[in-house]
Amino acid sequence: MKDEAAFAPAAARRSGWSPFSRDHRDVAISYLLLSLVAVAVGTLLSVVMRLHLAWPDVKLPFWGVIKPEDYLALVTMHGTMMIFFVLTTAPQNGFGNLVLPAQVGAREMAFPAINLASFWTTFAAFTVLISAFFVRGGAPISGWTSYPPFSAIASTGPGQGLGMDLWLASIALFCIGSSMAAVNMLTTVVRRRCAGMTMGRMPLTVWAWFVSALSTLLAFSVLFAALVMLFCDRHCGTSFFVPASEIVNGQLLARRGDGSPLLWLHLFWFFGHPEVYIAILPGMGLASMLVMNFTRRRLPSYRGMIATTILIGLLGFMVWGHHMFVSGMNPYASTAFALTTMAIALPSSATVLAWLGTLARGGLRRNGGDIPAAMLFTLGFISFFVSGGLTGPVLAQPNLDAYLHNTFFVVAHFHLIMGMAAVFGLFAATHYWFPFFNGRLMNERLGRWHFWLTLVSAYLAFFPMHFAGMAGEPRHFSQLTGSLGTFAHLIPLHRWISAWAFVLAAAQMLFLTNVFHSLKQGSPAGSNPWAATTLEWLPPALGEIPAVHCSPDEYGVRHAGRDFKGQWEPPPEQE
Amino acid sequence: MTLLAGAPSSWWMPANGAAHGAAFDHEMVLSLVIVGVLMIIAKAILVASALSPARERAAERPVNFFGLGTLIVLTVVFAWLLIRAERMRAQQRFTGADPTAMQVEVVGEQFVWYFRYPGPDATFGTTRPELVDAAAGNPLGLDRRDSRAADDRVTSELVLPVDREVDVRLRSLDVIHGFFIPGMRVKQNALPGSTLHIHFTPDLIGEYPIVCSQVCGLGHYRMQAQLRVVNEADFEHWLTGRAK
Repeated sequence: MKDEAAFAPAAARRSGWSPFSRDHRDVAISYLLLSLVAVAVGTLLSVVMRLHLAWPDVKLPFWGVIKPEDYLALVTMHGTMMIFFVLTTAPQNGFGNLVLPAQVGAREMAFPAINLASFWTTFAAFTVLISAFFVRGGAPISGWTSYPPFSAIASTGPGQGLGMDLWLASIALFCIGSSMAAVNMLTTVVRRRCAGMTMGRMPLTVWAWFVSALSTLLAFSVLFAALVMLFCDRHCGTSFFVPASEIVNGQLLARRGDGSPLLWLHLFWFFGHPEVYIAILPGMGLASMLVMNFTRRRLPSYRGMIATTILIGLLGFMVWGHHMFVSGMNPYASTAFALTTMAIALPSSATVLAWLGTLARGGLRRNGGDIPAAMLFTLGFISFFVSGGLTGPVLAQPNLDAYLHNTFFVVAHFHLIMGMAAVFGLFAATHYWFPFFNGRLMNERLGRWHFWLTLVSAYLAFFPMHFAGMAGEPRHFSQLTGSLGTFAHLIPLHRWISAWAFVLAAAQMLFLTNVFHSLKQGSPAGSNPWAATTLEWLPPALGEIPAVHCSPDEYGVRHAGRDFKGQWEPPPEQE
Repeated sequence: MTLLAGAPSSWWMPANGAAHGAAFDHEMVLSLVIVGVLMIIAKAILVASALSPARERAAERPVNFFGLGTLIVLTVVFAWLLIRAERMRAQQRFTGADPTAMQVEVVGEQFVWYFRYPGPDATFGTTRPELVDAAAGNPLGLDRRDSRAADDRVTSELVLPVDREVDVRLRSLDVIHGFFIPGMRVKQNALPGSTLHIHFTPDLIGEYPIVCSQVCGLGHYRMQAQLRVVNEADFEHWLTGRAK
């Protein structure tokens, strides 16, 4: 252990973790542990959902038969948990905190105290959300999008009282925590880069975190405003989102103002669509870096890759209306949103073509004949990104989307691209950066098993959902059988989906086993185990933060007897 | 469950029963085939790349910018799909229904659909929220003092004559609902506080399920109704039967 420590990356030498330390690595691990708990809870909720949907009469121990409101509460909490506390938290604040300072050559984040505060705010948000399960009426049932008036009026259903208030409080806290984290990250990137680390030389992961942080700041501030307005509609007698007269359960609820639910949809999706890119951009940045690393080749154009990252972030703010083609928005507006949505396919396609073009030259670096798990998960990321992304140009067409909107087709679309692609990005990141924070490698054999089981079961679970959507099955139907069995013929399909979803969930035990086993038993990684160019793999012998001399895409070059040139290495003539 | 002409019975779109549906189905299949082919090509490249051994690097040509040619082809394909989509959207949604179209009002409420026909005067009578009383047989709050309301008919089943355009005015009394008839390729949200219009022409006699596509409460899954498309004579018979 002592010997290995000498070779471990400098930043990995200090062991232990404290949830109260301001050290960016401690905060990062806190974020990642929080996401791990959230993903476990979110997965458990989805297992119960899938069980109920496919076998509606099954009685659960301690629960009995799942009632319709229970099912909707499960859906709502599953979505909220996964989107906010897993897909937003882990790639951006977990791995971002862990690696970003090292990659820009900073010792610490710009505001360590704010960093710690943003984690604890996010933790508080998580606690408040979980508590919604245990209050009178239970968790909210209006889905993660919480459309008013359903979300604005407590009498519209169980869970829409205190449960909904807790949901609002939780997401408001989450907005505050994320915004603080984003300011911190932006400041770190802008102010704390080491000498020579120009913007053009920043790794694509840093660019992704940077663009995501900018999007976070803009999107979550709008969501926060919307949450406050919805809270006021619920408790302060305002009518931002609720029309003048509402009849709920036969009771006329007259209000002084005359608002419109459409305002919520605009505000929510102005946040909601950039949110998708906040979740996926870090994975895209990592995929770009790992494609270069494992092919030992440059991507076609480094500046082009930076440009696509920025373009995706920018266009991400102009497409929110494609969630609203059937909402009652002016039909002319759909023309504009179809155009911007189709346009965002171009920088995304350019990125995929750059990956594929580079990969197609073959010769992926192998480890005793096997592709390393970090790269396998990157290939999986690209595969899911393509599968989920390509239904985008179908859903961008207003009339086609009108049929598919809120059906299982869309559920398939976003589980492939936002769920599985982003999660494969997280698996790739875990395998790739494990030696960075621990000095040890994860187990490759377990990694391969985990990869193949997850890849196959995820495709077999999520891809068939397209067909349920084509048949017209709407989301949030808690029961398909019975007197109104319009979609009862889809039960066999749903049983298939559920069975593979259970395999998918169970396969994740391999990942947990691998992580916790490798923490102590993993083989020592040595310094720079991936022969990478970026600063987090700076040889410890150099000690101090050096100056940066080149872009991080110097792969396939001949330099000092190696096939890459680290960003810290001065040009040969000066050596 | 009886097998219905327009009911979903496969793992694909149910049979189309609307005049605009043929063009819609064509566009859907075209789009899915295009993205399906692109998906297969991308996957094939991915798998082949992962399996292919290293080539002699010295022989490599420099990689061109993003496979620029491929990107241009993709741009053209996406632009073509977009133009087709925008044209179809414009044809079906940029203009309202023909003034001679049949008028029907659809009102969503947790968890039922109500359908209102204006009767022989072809005019919907006034409704007032304070008069809504489902138990007393007035679920939409028709103002009985308004003479135009006298002949209005409220039903729980949507019956439409075949080959006649219908102008649906869509409302909701409480929360947002989604008015979705898969067999008619029609979906539009019912937005509380607003009256929205959607128009289509059923051209195939049959029965089509109507479902709610926007989560609206614990009974969302059972917020279903039936559209029955019948011939003109049956429709008149049904409507006059209703009027008695």
